[in-house]
Amino acid sequence: MERNPTNLATHSVVSLVLRRMRRPLIILICSYAIAVLGMVLIPGVDDQGQPWRMDFFHAFYFVSYMATTIGFGEIPYAFTDAQRGWATFSMYMTVIAWLYAIGNILTLIQDPALKRAVTENQFFRSVARIREPFYLVCGYGDTGSLVIRGLSQRGIRAVALDIEQHRINELLLTDHELYVPGLTGNAADSELLRLSGLASPHCIGVMALTDDDHANLKIAITSKLLRPKLRVICRAEDKSVQANMASFGTDYIFNPFDSFADQLAIALHSPNMHKIFEWLTQLRETPLVEHEPPPHGRWIICGYGRFGKAVNKYMKMEGLQTVIIEAHPDKTGCTEDCIEGRGTEAVTLRVANIKDSVGIVAGTNDDANNLSIIMTAKDLKPDIYTVARQNRRRNSIIFDAADINLTAQHSRILALKILSLATVPLLNEFFHQARHMSEDWAAELVERLRTLAHGNSPDIWMVTIDAQCTPPVTDARLCGRRVFLGHLTSNPHDRDHQLRCLPLMLTRERQHQLLPGPSILLEAGDQLLMAGSYGTADSMLRTQHDYNVLRYIETGETRPDGLVWRWLAKKTNT
Amino acid sequence: MNFEKVVFGFFIVLALTLNFGFFIGDIDNPDHHNVYELYAAIVVSLIATVLKFGERTQMGAVLLATSLVADLQLITAAIVWAWAVHMTDVGLTPLVMSSIVSLSGGALLANITSVVLLIIETATLRR
Repeated sequence: MERNPTNLATHSVVSLVLRRMRRPLIILICSYAIAVLGMVLIPGVDDQGQPWRMDFFHAFYFVSYMATTIGFGEIPYAFTDAQRGWATFSMYMTVIAWLYAIGNILTLIQDPALKRAVTENQFFRSVARIREPFYLVCGYGDTGSLVIRGLSQRGIRAVALDIEQHRINELLLTDHELYVPGLTGNAADSELLRLSGLASPHCIGVMALTDDDHANLKIAITSKLLRPKLRVICRAEDKSVQANMASFGTDYIFNPFDSFADQLAIALHSPNMHKIFEWLTQLRETPLVEHEPPPHGRWIICGYGRFGKAVNKYMKMEGLQTVIIEAHPDKTGCTEDCIEGRGTEAVTLRVANIKDSVGIVAGTNDDANNLSIIMTAKDLKPDIYTVARQNRRRNSIIFDAADINLTAQHSRILALKILSLATVPLLNEFFHQARHMSEDWAAELVERLRTLAHGNSPDIWMVTIDAQCTPPVTDARLCGRRVFLGHLTSNPHDRDHQLRCLPLMLTRERQHQLLPGPSILLEAGDQLLMAGSYGTADSMLRTQHDYNVLRYIETGETRPDGLVWRWLAKKTNT
Repeated sequence: MNFEKVVFGFFIVLALTLNFGFFIGDIDNPDHHNVYELYAAIVVSLIATVLKFGERTQMGAVLLATSLVADLQLITAAIVWAWAVHMTDVGLTPLVMSSIVSLSGGALLANITSVVLLIIETATLRR
């Protein structure tokens, strides 16, 4: 049901209920008034047989218990027949009035419009209550859900919007580390977007991750117009939409197909670099997977859609020979040596000369077809390198079972990329710098990363050297003491040992230094990108925050701090 | 002519007139203040309140507020009456009667405000 959220924001639920309850309440008041008045006006007799009239107090008392069917009987004196007649009439009148009123309340509670208003109000209130930085994530599909999971694992709040009710239901059932408010609604609606957190001073970014390019475009432009300084991260599948988004300053635009093709190109080019990229962008404590590097030679690409085109382009750039199999060559604009067919049949693959090929890419938009292509190809040539595109995350089990060399789950690749960008912005810069390094450098780093977090993906975090984040370090520098990177990475319990962490990059005045050594002198304004096992960041925080710990690491001296102790220390020294 | 406006105006003015009818007379003389009139004033005032429910304008909100004040005052007066006559044996002494009537006087002020607001709204309406 399409509703305008503007109305809902202005009318509160209370006024909605009151307006609808107007008629039942008036009917109730009128029936009570008539019943009470009748009881007062009709003459009765008291216990001595004297004429007696009920007063308003007793009449109201009587009607109150009669109308609610409690029925205490005829008080204070037994009724006359006239009174009984009136009471009979009033009973039916008031009970019907009550039934009508209660029926109305029940319909009102069941009313979808009211339910919607209540959930929307609750959502807007819980968004407005967020007092820490949060991301507004539009689209809770495969990508959106993974991004939100990663964000809450790293302690960053998020708010979700999705047009499909069942996806929001899934969000409500998922147990995230942090509470994630979610609402069903069209994120392309600017007013809804504004109320869902875009207007909040705590919103640090908007992610447009719906599968509709146009909706993403609308979200991006709305965010950029209303909050120009906000980071906007967008997913776009179409090149013209990408260009359009870039034209008004969308900060990051990701094409899910290009992202994977780029990774594949890196894997072809430098397998170790691919490992580094993959390991550093995993979710919390994922076991490290060692993919067999893709071979160089002749490749078969099945499906020349957006995915196939991107893979083909990047493979060509790596200087590989490709053969394309496509079911509708004219529709997809496949002109060069293209074989017509699906690729699921052995005939087509034989025509494509599978015996002489080193690898096959199953890149259609149908998961069943992709798996079928892989199975057929393996039948024909068991040692062929297989790359399969996985469209739906729910199909992970069968893709795992198919024993595929490289699975391209583009929603996951996109989510991991966005996550690393949102949580550790320096990581992107690190990758940028690392691309220019040699394969030997990468191989060495891979060895160090493998043991760093006991075979799991390492935690990645940033440390900024300034008076706010690392007061003891700046203080030491002011006193003329020199603090080295090795001091920060020392174990705060035992200064002879280093923590399980690896400084990946040091950024100083826009200059980046990869893998800085422990003897580097720290300066104010330095930004460090660290990798390490989970929990190491917390240990390092002790050195960053505690003056005494830093002094212990520097000098090996342990003593409590304070005026008296400092004075005593000075005395014993002299 | 808008029938809704007629009903609305009718109940607001009727609440005021009934309230006034009850209020007028010697403040401590029970003979000058009819219990039926108080009853009618309460019922009409309650209906007038419900009619204002859910109004979204600023004027509607103020009208609802004045109406709620009138209800509160009149119901308090009725409770004082019932307490004096039935729940205790005090009876309608001049003291009790004057407090009942002064409570209804307060309600009268609220009702006058309602009517004045209604007149202002009607006068400023250029349709």
